[in-house]
Amino acid sequence: MKREVNHKLLQIVDLKKYFPVTAGIFSRHVGDIKAVDGVTFNIGPGEIVGLVGESGCGKSTLGRTILRLEEPTGGKILYRGTDVTGLDKKGLRELRRKIQLIFQDPDASLDPRMTVGDSICEPLVIHNIGNEKERPRRVAELMEQVGLDFGQANLYPHEFSGGQKQRIGIARALAMNPKLIIADEPVSALDVSIQAQILNLMMDIQENLRLAYLFIAHDLSVIRHMAHRVAIMYLGKIVELADKNELFENPLHPYTEALLSAVPSFKPKDKYRILLHGDVPSPLNPPTGCHFHPRCHRVLPICNQVEPNLIDQAEGHFVSCHLYKQSTIP
Amino acid sequence: MNNVILNVSDLKTYFFTRRGVVKAVDGVQFELKRGECLCLVGESGCGKTVTALSILRLFDSPPGKIVDGHIKFNSVDLTKCSLAQMRQIRGKDIAVVFQEAQSALNPVLTIGDQITEQIKLHLPLEHNQIKARAISLLSDMGIPSPESVMSYYPYQLSGGMKQRVLIAMSLSCDPQILIADEPTTAVDVTIKAQILDIFRELKTKRQMSTIFITHDLAVVAEIGDRAAVMYGGKDVETAPVSEIISVPKHPYTVGLINCLPDTTKSAGRLTSIPGTTPNPIEMPEGCTFHPRCPKVMKICSQKEPLKTKISDSHSVSCHLYK
Repeated sequence: MKREVNHKLLQIVDLKKYFPVTAGIFSRHVGDIKAVDGVTFNIGPGEIVGLVGESGCGKSTLGRTILRLEEPTGGKILYRGTDVTGLDKKGLRELRRKIQLIFQDPDASLDPRMTVGDSICEPLVIHNIGNEKERPRRVAELMEQVGLDFGQANLYPHEFSGGQKQRIGIARALAMNPKLIIADEPVSALDVSIQAQILNLMMDIQENLRLAYLFIAHDLSVIRHMAHRVAIMYLGKIVELADKNELFENPLHPYTEALLSAVPSFKPKDKYRILLHGDVPSPLNPPTGCHFHPRCHRVLPICNQVEPNLIDQAEGHFVSCHLYKQSTIP
Repeated sequence: MNNVILNVSDLKTYFFTRRGVVKAVDGVQFELKRGECLCLVGESGCGKTVTALSILRLFDSPPGKIVDGHIKFNSVDLTKCSLAQMRQIRGKDIAVVFQEAQSALNPVLTIGDQITEQIKLHLPLEHNQIKARAISLLSDMGIPSPESVMSYYPYQLSGGMKQRVLIAMSLSCDPQILIADEPTTAVDVTIKAQILDIFRELKTKRQMSTIFITHDLAVVAEIGDRAAVMYGGKDVETAPVSEIISVPKHPYTVGLINCLPDTTKSAGRLTSIPGTTPNPIEMPEGCTFHPRCPKVMKICSQKEPLKTKISDSHSVSCHLYK
């Protein structure tokens, strides 16, 4: 059992994050938005796990909860076997050296009044790494690693293009020598030609430094390109989790099928398309049973009554759907 | 009968700012045929949105100004129209769907108020006819219970619904041309598929002539008939969509296609286009793409390439083709 624990870099067990909803002058607690509702998965060292879902499915909240930027409501987050949910301030600081975050909007995540050199150096100062002499050398090294010139260290963020700003964000995340990077939609704000540059950069860094990524995106083609394993999320739950090729070639969950068929492609004519009707329901009042049943094209009578469990159907291909055999042990 | 409904020739829209002249659109040329969906493709800053705004003169002036070129709509030159004439055309003959549904709708007016506004302005209808028309437009767009949606405020609708409301609004006066500026960019893939379906239906059922602006070549492949690829304020390649995708000529088009990750396969590195889009105030000399071009030649930095016809329907501006 112990070996199993060490083998995994990050284990997430039944993680929950609810946001309370209050009403009235006494702020009566009237319900919860279940942004993350019982999510379980692992990330191994050097592994890229892609997390896909539509907006509002809770994928960003999941990423933030792992770093405890949001306090989890329930469940466990184990980093190398230690439960992160019980860490004190000092422990958290240590954890956040090992797990870093890259944000979606590079514009909003850089301080406009700090030179980019200072921005990249800031984590080194906060964590008290190196001295006055060593830090600039480290900054130069980091900037080179992400394809920027150290000569640009004295410029301000507004003097850079979107792609360059995202490179700065990556350099900043690398400053701590992390083991895991949570990348929250790192390329969705970029133009396609720049997107390719950043994706290549992130792959190179991952290979050179043997990092693990939790790669959050809504673009399935980006996920297919980057990830080793893919988790599909819908209304706070993982509905399907499998190796990349298995998931893209043999999707089991109807939602995954629909997502894959909805992606615009160069050969639209020879493609069978499943058009989902309606929007993602409100997470405040999700449908009973399987959350996906009102939009599902293969709905069964049981679907609106019983919630399906996430079950391994074939060698690590997990799916939560009544179409496939259900067991009592989740 | 003339089949061309809109003809844009040598359009130049410049913005005269304190920091210099921004040549947002610098010699764009295309024509839109009746019932056709023409896609303007390019990255941010390539001038595709300003091209669309120029057609309806919807940019701020000053600093913006159409300095050269013609926009012929049927037989009227839109660049020479008075403001009063433009007001008659906007919304009635040529309608726009903007990118961000959130900011395109007025948050303090109901959907009903906003959708009936331009019907009142352009069509001689009675009050109840106007309302009925608005409701039927909303239901055409697949909005459930359109009567109650009429009294909703924008915040009560989801992003996909807001986008549908905008499309319904743009169709309210039966325009001859619909300009859609990145209507699928800020929405999720399942909603994107729904919106694309609406546009496909507009083409088959209403024979709508559409200018569809997007940066996503896969979307172009889904709905476009012809595409014009734009770079640095110019259209660098124009061809039927199938040709653009199967036999792209301009190195920029080739780069754009190659740098897309593909859902049907996954392999190694993406071929990216080096560098970034040029600063519109200091455009490179000669061909604006030459600093990033993998096939750059000596002439490229000296002389601007002219438009060359490869076939009747395929033209490209590049020194590689003569």
